[in-house]
Amino acid sequence: MTPEEVASLIGSAFPDAVVDAPMNTLHPAVGVVPDRWREVALFLRDDPRLRFNLLRCLSGVDRIAEGRIELVYDLMSLRPAGDGRPWSCGAVAAVRIGVPRDGGSLPSVADVWPAAEWHEREVYDLLGVSFDGHPDLRRILCPDDWVGHPLRKDYVFPVEYHGIPGSTEFGQRSPRH
Amino acid sequence: MTEFTAQDVIRPRWSPALRARAIRRFMLAGLIIMIGTGVAAVCLEIFGRSLSPLWLTVGIVLPSVLAFGALFVVFAITAHALLGRLLKRLAFVLFIGSLAGIVLTAWGASLLFGLVDRIVAARPDPIAQTIFGGELTTDEIVRFFAATPEDPKALEAPPALEFVAYLLWPWQFRLLRDLVLALVILGFVSVTASFAIWWERKVAGRIQSRLGPMRVGGWHGWAQGIADGLKLVQKEDIVPGRADGPVFRLAPYLVFIPVLTAFLALPFSDRWVLRDLEVGLVLVLGLLGIDVIGVILAGWASHNKWSMYGALRVAAQMVSYEIPMGMALLLPVMAAGTLRPGAIGALQSGGFHTWLAFCSPFLFAAAGVYFVASLAACKRAPFDLPEAESELTGGFHTEYSGFRWAVFFFGEYAAMFVVCGLAVLLFLGAWHSPLPASWGESLAGGSWWQRGLYALLFSGPAWFIAKTYALLFVHIWLRWTLPRIRIDQVMYACVQVMLPMTMLLLLGQMFWQLLVPPDGITARAANIVCTLAGAAIVAAFVGTAGWGYLNRRRLVGPLAVNHLPGS
Amino acid sequence: MTAMPDAMFTSEPDLLFDAARDGPDGLRTEEMLINMGPQHPSTHGVLRVLLRTDGEMVVEAVPHIGYLHRCAEKIGENLQPYQFIPKTDRMDYLAAMNNNHVFSLAVERLLGVEVPERAAYIRVIMAELNRIASHLVAFGTYGLDMGAFTAVLYAFREREYILDLFEAACGARLTYSYITIGGVTFDLPERFIERLAEFLDYFEPKIDEYDRLLSYNHIFVKRTAGVGVISAEDAIAWGLTGPCLRASGVRWDLRRCLPYEIYDRFEFDIPVGRPGGGGIPRGVVVGDCWNRYFVRMQEMRESVRILRQCIAAIPAGEVRAKVPKNVRLPADEVYFEGENPRGQLGFLVVGDGSPIPWRVKARGPCFCNLSITSHVCRGVLLADVPAIIGSIDIVLGEVDR
Repeated sequence: MTPEEVASLIGSAFPDAVVDAPMNTLHPAVGVVPDRWREVALFLRDDPRLRFNLLRCLSGVDRIAEGRIELVYDLMSLRPAGDGRPWSCGAVAAVRIGVPRDGGSLPSVADVWPAAEWHEREVYDLLGVSFDGHPDLRRILCPDDWVGHPLRKDYVFPVEYHGIPGSTEFGQRSPRH
Repeated sequence: MTEFTAQDVIRPRWSPALRARAIRRFMLAGLIIMIGTGVAAVCLEIFGRSLSPLWLTVGIVLPSVLAFGALFVVFAITAHALLGRLLKRLAFVLFIGSLAGIVLTAWGASLLFGLVDRIVAARPDPIAQTIFGGELTTDEIVRFFAATPEDPKALEAPPALEFVAYLLWPWQFRLLRDLVLALVILGFVSVTASFAIWWERKVAGRIQSRLGPMRVGGWHGWAQGIADGLKLVQKEDIVPGRADGPVFRLAPYLVFIPVLTAFLALPFSDRWVLRDLEVGLVLVLGLLGIDVIGVILAGWASHNKWSMYGALRVAAQMVSYEIPMGMALLLPVMAAGTLRPGAIGALQSGGFHTWLAFCSPFLFAAAGVYFVASLAACKRAPFDLPEAESELTGGFHTEYSGFRWAVFFFGEYAAMFVVCGLAVLLFLGAWHSPLPASWGESLAGGSWWQRGLYALLFSGPAWFIAKTYALLFVHIWLRWTLPRIRIDQVMYACVQVMLPMTMLLLLGQMFWQLLVPPDGITARAANIVCTLAGAAIVAAFVGTAGWGYLNRRRLVGPLAVNHLPGS
Repeated sequence: MTAMPDAMFTSEPDLLFDAARDGPDGLRTEEMLINMGPQHPSTHGVLRVLLRTDGEMVVEAVPHIGYLHRCAEKIGENLQPYQFIPKTDRMDYLAAMNNNHVFSLAVERLLGVEVPERAAYIRVIMAELNRIASHLVAFGTYGLDMGAFTAVLYAFREREYILDLFEAACGARLTYSYITIGGVTFDLPERFIERLAEFLDYFEPKIDEYDRLLSYNHIFVKRTAGVGVISAEDAIAWGLTGPCLRASGVRWDLRRCLPYEIYDRFEFDIPVGRPGGGGIPRGVVVGDCWNRYFVRMQEMRESVRILRQCIAAIPAGEVRAKVPKNVRLPADEVYFEGENPRGQLGFLVVGDGSPIPWRVKARGPCFCNLSITSHVCRGVLLADVPAIIGSIDIVLGEVDR
């Protein structure tokens, strides 16, 4: 199943949930409105034609010029085959959701795919997107008292953390080679 | 204790200047003592014509010993680097020397005590009492040596003889004698432990296709145990901040001392036993039981949750396994009809087939049960849950380091020796060789070399120690081969498998002794079958180990031995 | 041990958080919070698992990660892709070749670079050798977790030879940076293929020896069979990949199912978890610790098979495509996943027309595999926690990135 077909399936089920996203790229993804994401996720997982049961990855990309953070959900549907034969990949699809950089939030899908629990915590930690309805939304990689979200493009490196001096290469505050 | 700060790392308190000052003081002290002694000796020679041995001891011998001790300390401090190098050369001599020293001390002590006993027996006036309830006076000792049959008081005793009398006099007290023998046992335990540490690491190395310790002492790192001990002794003495200090400090000794005391009743041969008690076995079992308290206290006092887990596991495991262990021990006791270790040992002198393990099928099974239970009672793998490092980061001794940790390990190895010794005593013929002792009876009463030959071939401490070490080797072998059991499986194996099994064995042995005549055809057949089975097991163990050792290069494959293709 | 009512372990979370309560016999029992890690022998690095225990029972286990966090993704946003390859070494440091491989493949897709034939074979050889090395560590340390000390030294003995081969090829023994964008950095040294064949002949019988030593050991089976069972549905839902997923009975391997590089040319099987009986010890269930362990043992055999085919087919030729050092990445993005020893490693590389990527995201298999810990470690014994974590086989460098 191609990404276009996945997009059209979602589009027919939730006409107001899909936003236009370029499909002729190396990583085609279906654009979804943040508010409707949870319903779309349930549809993606439970619809017999799709059955995306494996959440492969959740990446956040800071599109600072456009003022939003883009979340990319990579999904895959594993289908069992007969005895002894390898399982087949029913479909591969990605979902792209843009949320505003400041105070952006979207519904959590941790109960749809439990794998999302840690991924969402990671995005929350490193990019500062909050997920509504997440069971345990804490920082995961950075210490609990860390200030800021390191993967944001305007992140300023701390000079000091609990007495530990921090420095970057060449002493830059916001390094960009 | 003073605080240890980072400043001490940069500039240690024990600086070279301080050391030099200490050396000067020690030398001065030694000099003063020596001069003082000399002056005292001269004064005594001039003023007191009758040189009393008491004065001799107090005035000359004691100060000299102190002076030489002080000089030795000075030497050790100044030349510790040199000593290290010397130790590397001499360590083997020291090791062998300490072994020989232990044996010679035991032998010499027995001669000495025999002599004192003879003096006591020969004394003319049995009613006279000296201080502390002693029976001998120094005069009597002098008379014993100097006396001629005609006139006991005719000879004036020379001063040297009087001195000897003063030296012999204390040995009439049992307490002092036992102190010496306890030192002998302590020495034996230390040597056993330091040998077992090296041996364990060496065997582990061989099993794991590596060499094990190779450096310390030269030949195959044989001094590793001593080096480990020295290293541990000089480590920093750490008590965790919120630990229960006194209990934390006490616990290792509560583990070590009962085990040491258990050697009291462990017979190395018919005569090499400290006390051949009527209830010897009960005593040994009881003392091994006290062990548990020390471990529990150690885990509790450490103020560490992992340690507490270890302690609770000890409480569950060791206490449970003492029941099947004790019940398995009851079988040979029943067969022998006595709790006296010496008597049980003497029963098995008729050769391999008369060893108690081969006397009935129940005893044969009990030997196996006992061995497994003894593994668990010693916290050895696969029952090493109390100290499981992959689960409890070391269990009850997580917080221990340095000397106290070493004491725990000395205790563990000593306990291993005791339980293996018990197995040898009760099941595997005690101090007898597989040959019937009767074959060598003519040697037993002969000259000293004949008696030595008898000890080597037929019975003696050498056989007891060798057999115990063979079982110790099986302990080590198992540890480096098997994974660890889980706590519920440990308890299941104890309560639901081994306990009913030992009960059935006990019943079976009871009926066997009641119903099967000892010289009947059934008993003989069972004896033959068990003997053959035992011989087969021993042969299989020895054969496997030997075959593995002989083919150690071939078995690992060509690339493991000749490695490094790039070089 | 007294039997605890099942309700104690499956009841409401707030009930579990009660510090003390009355036990079944009217005894007052108390739960204990205990930190397993960050310094603990069996957490394989600096993982901290907060355990809530009831005696020997673990009521709840919450993993806390991040002790090794270096924000490799931020570094990736500041370096050119070929400069980022050494950083991928430091993620899953036990399978650095595989990391290099997957990242190179992702960037090659973005750039549209074709890898020369010989380079592709060399990459597969290195990836599979490193898979064996990584599984050897997993095997050895799992033995260590179970209290069998000997396995780890056998495993490291063989791994040493693989590291020697790597050293001969690229000069490094742990962080190779050998596979790079467009191919590999150097051609194979002399006699490498012969030595590799020699090693395979030596190594293959050794796997049987490990099976005899550990896999079928009665105590080992008792410790791992039926422990930490993960169903296929759970495994997929929690995003488990690699041996952990296959042990749950999912016959899924990217090398076979969505082949990349030249994996479609090789003949090999996908080992999956099997229930007890028919050569598998009794008591073993699909998805338990024993199967997770045993799938790795079988994968080593499959890797040997692939390596033998590589040796037979490797052609001569170039080992690196012409890729300019300062190449501008197109304003596009690519998400690529490859089969690492521990599961599917994914890289999302977003280009913006400059030589430095706008975003590099790494999807570590260990990160996802570890997330199931608190789900599995519920109502198990304390000794099962190392068994479960060990069987998931994490490398904290990749979990924390």
